[in-house]
Amino acid sequence: MNIATFASKRFLVPMVLVLIVVLLATAPLYTALGTIPLMTTILMYIILAVSWTMFSGPTGYISLASAAFFGCGIYASALLFERGAALLPLPAVIVMGGLAASCFALIVGLATLRLRGIYFTMFSFGLLELARRLFQYYEFYVTGVRGRYVGNVDGNTVYYIMLAILVATLLTVYFIRRSRLGLAMQGIGKNEEAAAHMGVNTTKVKVLTFALSAFFMGATGAIVATRWLYVDPTIAFNLNYSFLPLLMAIVGGVGQPYGPVIGGFAFAYLRHVLQSKTPYYFMLVFGAIMVLVILFLPGGLVSLIERGRHRLEGLMSKLWKGAEAEQHADT
Amino acid sequence: MPILEGQGVTKYFGGLAAVSHVDFHVDQAEIVGLIGPNGAGKTTLFNLISAALPLSSGEIRFKGQKLNGLKPYQICRRGVARTFQETKIFADMPVLQNVLMAAFFGTPTRISGADAAREVTQALEFVGLSAMSATPVKDLTLVNQKRVEVARALATKPELLLLDELMAGLNATETSEAMQLVTKIRDTGITIFMVEHVMKAIMGICERIMVLHHGEKIAEGTPQEIASNKKVIEVYLGEEAHAGS
Repeated sequence: MNIATFASKRFLVPMVLVLIVVLLATAPLYTALGTIPLMTTILMYIILAVSWTMFSGPTGYISLASAAFFGCGIYASALLFERGAALLPLPAVIVMGGLAASCFALIVGLATLRLRGIYFTMFSFGLLELARRLFQYYEFYVTGVRGRYVGNVDGNTVYYIMLAILVATLLTVYFIRRSRLGLAMQGIGKNEEAAAHMGVNTTKVKVLTFALSAFFMGATGAIVATRWLYVDPTIAFNLNYSFLPLLMAIVGGVGQPYGPVIGGFAFAYLRHVLQSKTPYYFMLVFGAIMVLVILFLPGGLVSLIERGRHRLEGLMSKLWKGAEAEQHADT
Repeated sequence: MPILEGQGVTKYFGGLAAVSHVDFHVDQAEIVGLIGPNGAGKTTLFNLISAALPLSSGEIRFKGQKLNGLKPYQICRRGVARTFQETKIFADMPVLQNVLMAAFFGTPTRISGADAAREVTQALEFVGLSAMSATPVKDLTLVNQKRVEVARALATKPELLLLDELMAGLNATETSEAMQLVTKIRDTGITIFMVEHVMKAIMGICERIMVLHHGEKIAEGTPQEIASNKKVIEVYLGEEAHAGS
């Protein structure tokens, strides 16, 4: 192993990651006013993209249920606030939001994950409507309220919680990829029948990971609810949040764990820049970028970065060899 | 004592009986061949044993225990492994990963990473693929892809191995290598039940042969008995045999 690969794999990556987390964690101390809310939004999109990819990336089961899980978290949070004050400590509210989404995913996963391909996708899409109607029915006939007022939480606290959820999500993705569970998920994605005949309990693996990815969506929803202040079933269960995670993941690239991070960041940042300057052209521009990425970068934006990285590594090892040769020449 | 037994094994696809009231048995450490014309129900019978398809009626027992109602992964963990007629490999994954999955999940008890790695090394060595463990399976030749399937099946530590047309598409040298491999697997104590179209192979290594036709078992016996069985000749050669006689 030469110094170039050693530096890039063993040392550089974790160091850069820690540095990024430290920078993000200290951001509220030195960033300009208005930056933290923007960063909170960006983190939210990244979490949604990463947690979508956690399940759908390796297994190939394209889920459009993200908004349903996100909404479960939002609503769980709304139900846990009374007159603007949380009934539980805030971290507990977040965990409850995640668990609510997980439970929902567990139940529907058992029923729907035997469906494959487009059938699963359509059913998962229907879940959103089901969840929305259920909550509408509940609010209308049982509680008699139209919507709910969620308490205000300090912006920096929201930001820190969002950051913590993102770190937890990424760590989970990292450990799944290294585990036998990750291997089983890949097997399911590549050839489910073969995986089953090799002893993989495919139903268990799918349902578990579906529920796990839903947990992070729900947790995100729970903290997002505190930013929105007012929540009703139509707001909580919004179609956009089913499609966006998928789009961000595809634009970023699902092959590498950081692909959806890039995709989520690109989407949220572009949205911010374009929406404030040219509100009408935002979707047009983003749509055009998506088409270009799909046509010319089927691996997503990460394939660009990977290409650059390979070149850099090549260059570094060449330089290293050059330096070695010089040393030999000197002696 | 038979390791695998079937009684009245039946599978309907709609109104069509793909496998109809078939009784069969495979004894410990035997090599049993299953032959028959296309569409005879051979692969369907394998799919019933490995639970890729549910039985319409009948019963299949492995080591005396009923397999009915179990899932494919449970069948595999009990010790029945299989390969597929059209190789079902994880094309983008390296050979090692393909086999590693089987080692991790194919046994009833959870095994450690080190043990799994050892199993994989052994299985790859056994089928002669050690040198290619890092190659993505899609870059291998057909014969080596079939070896991956066999290695994968072996890594689940089976007692019974179902081979579905292992030799289809192989040339003469590869076929005789495959025959040696099958015999070598049996010599480690693994019972073999194989579907095959290559007559030379089936006649050469099987101790007993079963013949299916239109989902029914029409004959069973040693290779010599099958070769001279009138019904079998009729099924394989059809009207020509009559015309000739």
